[in-house]
Amino acid sequence: MTEHTVRAFDQDIRALRALIADMGGRAEAAVNGAMDALVTQDHERALAIVGGDQKIDALEAEVEKLVVRIIALRAPMADDLREVIAALKIAGTLERIGDYAKSVAKRVPKLSGGQRFEALALFPAMTTVVVEMVHDVLDAFIARDADKAVDVWKRDKTVDDFHNSIFRALLTFMMENPQSIGSAAHLLFIAKNLERVGDHATNIAEMVYYAATGTNLGERERGNGTATA
Amino acid sequence: MTAAKITARDVSVYYGEKQALESVSIDIATEHVTAFIGPSGCGKSTFLRCFNRMNDTIIGARCTGRIELDGEDIYGAEMDVVQLRARVGMVFQKPNPFPKSIYENVAYGPRIHGLAMDKTELDRIVELALTRAGLWDEVKDRLSESGTSLSGGQQQRLCIARAIAVDPEVILMDEPCSALDPIATAKIEDLINQLRGRYAIVIVTHNMQQAARVSQRTAFFHLGKLIEFGETSELFTNPRAEKTKDYITGRYG
Ligand SMILES: Nc1ncnc2c1ncn2[C@@H]1O[C@H](COP(=O)(O)OP(=O)(O)O)[C@@H](O)[C@H]1O
Ligand SMILES: [Mg+2]
Repeated sequence: MTEHTVRAFDQDIRALRALIADMGGRAEAAVNGAMDALVTQDHERALAIVGGDQKIDALEAEVEKLVVRIIALRAPMADDLREVIAALKIAGTLERIGDYAKSVAKRVPKLSGGQRFEALALFPAMTTVVVEMVHDVLDAFIARDADKAVDVWKRDKTVDDFHNSIFRALLTFMMENPQSIGSAAHLLFIAKNLERVGDHATNIAEMVYYAATGTNLGERERGNGTATA
Repeated sequence: MTAAKITARDVSVYYGEKQALESVSIDIATEHVTAFIGPSGCGKSTFLRCFNRMNDTIIGARCTGRIELDGEDIYGAEMDVVQLRARVGMVFQKPNPFPKSIYENVAYGPRIHGLAMDKTELDRIVELALTRAGLWDEVKDRLSESGTSLSGGQQQRLCIARAIAVDPEVILMDEPCSALDPIATAKIEDLINQLRGRYAIVIVTHNMQQAARVSQRTAFFHLGKLIEFGETSELFTNPRAEKTKDYITGRYG
């Protein structure tokens, strides 16, 4: 990428990307950590994740401030404009992902009944998929890599399949073990939260694709059917 | 499709040996304001001056290709250049009112073109042109004062009124705001918006935000060539050519 004639503009863009990368790293760590805390029943870790969400919120506010500054001072055009707008939307989406991690972490103490759920085995695998999606889509953003964004976008199907399997397994379990309906319901919500993280990564993929190419990914690729739970 | 007011085909311009414009083709429609952008020296003014044969007045300048105004060859033998310049008016970078009264500045053109039968009609033309140029309320009580006594922004609107007074079809503006402060600039931009659709307007500007604000079509020139021409909103958010992108995002040079 050629440098801008006004070099301070490049500094602003770099600062913006660094903020997004920081937010993304924290959102990934929060989702991973919440799942670890759940599986290991580590309540302290879960509390730390709930508390750490504030930092993600603060970073979103910082992105917003920087974007307003860039638009006011630099009047970005073309791919610069698209990138700056995408950064603003991505920050909002990462903030939501942080909220889902927090919501998972908050449910950790509610599952300390000692009940063994077969479906629980699927959760870490699903988490790995959605966290990788978030990670890769942010790499795609920093590199303005449309192909990589498309790749992430296509993985949403896997997440939906995971969600469907977990949903069915838990439903069967609830019917057979009515006494554990409460805990199982919490797990259903957690699965739904993970599925939403995947959806948000997919949304970011669309933003990255638009920022990189100026055309909409949804218009191009949609219609080949995405599974819904 | 909108009918073109001006059709330019393969227009090249030479200053002596030096080629300043290379085989440019473009259609200019009345319903849109068309902006010409590009780094200085890329040939924007040169091209603009072709549309009313202002280049004829430059010694050594030579123009090839074809330019039609409503289908008429403007370089054709039957074309009356004085008539052409009334149909295709021009506003320059520096406001250049005549050292005469405000009234005379506007009345001069209609008078020499015989557009008014009597004083009453001439008064009416002057008032209409000043009104359309957004200047009437500011000058109606001082019409006999010198045009040069006005502020820069008012002088530029006076020049626009002067162009409008001869009932042109096209108005060419070559960096009309570059000598004006932001408020005066905003008034000219607002005025361009008001005039849009009544006249085919072509504006050369080095201010990209201005091009984005006032125009619906933008042409980007580079080293005498037309690189990209299209919808303004598209060109500024998603330019097709790499050169256009580098220029509008400030990666030029
Ligand atoms: N009267 C002239 N005589 C010789 N060369 C000229 C003349 N006017 C413009 N040029 C040259 O033609 C090229 C295009 O100039 P111009 O149309 O004024 O560019 P722009 O308006 O885009 O800044 C430049 O290289 C300039 O030096
Ligand atoms: Mg010029």
